[in-house]
Amino acid sequence: MHALHQVYRTFFYPHSFRLALPDVWAGFQLNLKMMVIAEALVLVLALALAIVRGLPGPAARPLRALAIAYTDFFRGTPLILVAFIVGFGVPGLQLGYISSQHVIVYGITALTLVYTAYVTEVYRAGIESVHPSQRAAARSLGLNYWQTMRYVIIPQAVRRVIPPLLNDFVGLQKDTAIISVIGVGEATQLAQQFSTQNNDFASLVAAAVFFILLTIPLARFTDHLVSNREGRERAQAF
Amino acid sequence: MATNGSTPFVHLRGVSKWFGPLCVLDKIDLDVPEHNVVCLIGASGSGKSTLLRCINRLERVEEGEIAVDGDLVTDDKVDVNALRKKVGIVFQAYNLFPHMTVLQNVTLAPRKAGGFTRNGAEGHARALLHRIGLEAKADEYPDRLSGGQQQRVAIVRALAMGPKVLLLDEITSALDPQLVSEVLGLVRELAESGMTMVVATHEMGFAREVADKVCFLDAGQILEEGPPSQIFTEPREPRTREFLSRVLEAEKLA
Repeated sequence: MHALHQVYRTFFYPHSFRLALPDVWAGFQLNLKMMVIAEALVLVLALALAIVRGLPGPAARPLRALAIAYTDFFRGTPLILVAFIVGFGVPGLQLGYISSQHVIVYGITALTLVYTAYVTEVYRAGIESVHPSQRAAARSLGLNYWQTMRYVIIPQAVRRVIPPLLNDFVGLQKDTAIISVIGVGEATQLAQQFSTQNNDFASLVAAAVFFILLTIPLARFTDHLVSNREGRERAQAF
Repeated sequence: MATNGSTPFVHLRGVSKWFGPLCVLDKIDLDVPEHNVVCLIGASGSGKSTLLRCINRLERVEEGEIAVDGDLVTDDKVDVNALRKKVGIVFQAYNLFPHMTVLQNVTLAPRKAGGFTRNGAEGHARALLHRIGLEAKADEYPDRLSGGQQQRVAIVRALAMGPKVLLLDEITSALDPQLVSEVLGLVRELAESGMTMVVATHEMGFAREVADKVCFLDAGQILEEGPPSQIFTEPREPRTREFLSRVLEAEKLA
């Protein structure tokens, strides 16, 4: 009984909860902001990078190599390091405009750099999963390479990768918390401050609840898309 | 037959192609005069499909020359996109775009590469679909159509670009037997209307009926060619005889 009370007092004490909630909520809006901007950037940049990686011909070899180097580098580097390097390193360069941005800009940059690398691979898998006969059919009709990509390959690829893409976005949403290390006053950081002040962890649980409430709808939506597609594919098999 | 005088519409000389060490086309010579139908017969792997795919340059050839309507396909400087507007191809597996409706499938290339406006392309597409009795399916997605319907849409999609020659690559091989006739019926109509066609097929009865010339391919070579009346009744080559008797045997069993 004592132990249970201890758990309650440490993690779920309503008074601490209430005390922390307004500030943690305010901080969480920064998480939302970083998430939305980074996701929008990632969607576009990763698609561009995936297309570059798939460019045909020997002339495009240097571009392909650059794209590969990029994904290798940013998939292999922990986000927290990228955050430190961008968040502290770039301002230290004293490059005027580039070095004098708000810290949240560096946070969004770090998230975008890292997640673009992941999502590039997701897009690339999608593009490669479109059967070569689709490309042959499009090219045979007189469509050029770019028209074939734009109207035939990419629309099919994107449809197929929406579930894994949303999965990566769940990861991105949670990883906005890491950006606290460069001094963005987002939910995790404010919750931690409250935790120290109140000498309990209810504020951290409050922050966790916000993250969970955000990811559950996305996870269900992803499930829905997957099961929809499975249904369609079953229907086609008959 | 318009073989005299004018150069044939599709013209191949000494065409050879390798996949690695494997020679898939071996010094092919072939002439297809305008408004003629040439059928390619032969076992799977004899090179029929590859030959067709070389004519619209889906595949490159290592040796020889291919010309279509006076344009040298085998020239590196040829405008492939312009060439392909003149050369339609229909595939065994239909290859319709699954994310587009029937109407979108048919109008995509005319709108984006053929210089048609949306209205112009749609009007033309609906007229073509009407002709094959599928106008009511214009707004359906391909997975709602039967195999025979999909293949007829694929033919119409190729026709929408106004090609001067049509390449048909075993277009009935993936179909249930009861769906074959609706597709062959459409091809027969095209032949009667004077469309120039090169047809790779396993349907010997059909080849016999519509072909002006039949070519028997074996191991990448045209072993024998001639009018269907000769090829199907008195083939000269033992390999041709052997192939035809095996096919006829299989048809009897079916």
